[in-house]
Amino acid sequence: MIGLVVISHSSRIAEGIAEMAAEMVGDDLSIFTAGGGPDGCIGTSPGRIATTLRQADDRVEEILVIADLGSALINIRIAKEQEDIDARIVDCPIVEGTLSAAIETMKPDATADTVSNAAKEAWNIDKGIDR
Amino acid sequence: MRQITANALNEVIARLADRARKEEEYLAELDSKVGDGDHGSNIRRGFTNVAEKFDCDEDMSLEAAVHEIGMILVSETGGASGPLYGSSIMNTSSEFEEGLTSDSAVEFATTFLEEVKDRGGAEVGEGTMVDAITPAVHTFKRAVTVDDASCVEALDRAIAACERGVNFTIPIRATKGRASYLDWRSVGYQDPGATSTLIILEELSETVAEYATEEGEQ
Repeated sequence: MIGLVVISHSSRIAEGIAEMAAEMVGDDLSIFTAGGGPDGCIGTSPGRIATTLRQADDRVEEILVIADLGSALINIRIAKEQEDIDARIVDCPIVEGTLSAAIETMKPDATADTVSNAAKEAWNIDKGIDR
Repeated sequence: MRQITANALNEVIARLADRARKEEEYLAELDSKVGDGDHGSNIRRGFTNVAEKFDCDEDMSLEAAVHEIGMILVSETGGASGPLYGSSIMNTSSEFEEGLTSDSAVEFATTFLEEVKDRGGAEVGEGTMVDAITPAVHTFKRAVTVDDASCVEALDRAIAACERGVNFTIPIRATKGRASYLDWRSVGYQDPGATSTLIILEELSETVAEYATEEGEQ
């Protein structure tokens, strides 16, 4: 089973994205979130991320991590090392990438590669703004 | 570790907490021009937490002490600087396996720089703390290994070099970190991360100078 971990500088953003994803694909989705700095303010915390990675690691076989900004990546890598958890960080826009990934994880033949690719493809989504 | 080293370490931690409180506003102001303005409070939170949570004596090894300081910074500082300073310190603490000597100090400094560059993905010239740490470390290493300077003298020179690095961040475009979002508008602003590096180095140098004198007198 493939799980998605959503990391944002804002806990509300991460939770909101998880909410959207669950609404789109149903409650079978394995999605975990972490957001906020050490004091709960805007930022990321390796401690919070580590806790979330552990939760995910307990429930799913493969973990894909999606983050908002570069500084989150620094903390994600620290948390991964600290917990010695194998998790793939995916390069994609946080909202659209998570949604694309979520849809893909529901397919019976989904793999970490197909989910990761689906998330990356989200960079190319046309929102129809120019029509 | 030696009692004098433990005393010096506790002292530098206390000084850094004090200085971080004093400079919080200044760092916040620098960061508000090119970032999200939280660097001042992050640094203050990080170092006051270290001062509150860390206390060492001669029973602790220097490596373990430095590792713990790094750990506290990682979990309490916030922003990008916390993980950068903290994890780099943690991962470099093993250079003090054999204790504190001018050689191990040089090894620590050079490995610390590589860790920061590795973690943050920045090279010199991107408008980050790497622009301040690099000249400081290179100057420190040269002073100790080529010029046979004392650590006190080497740190003094490192500070002058660090200042040049901080000033270098002003006229260049930031290509890493939050400031890079400003692109060409980041030109003309001093990097807050480079600035806090200088502040940390200043307190370290003053403490070392104080304890070196004390040691000389003993």
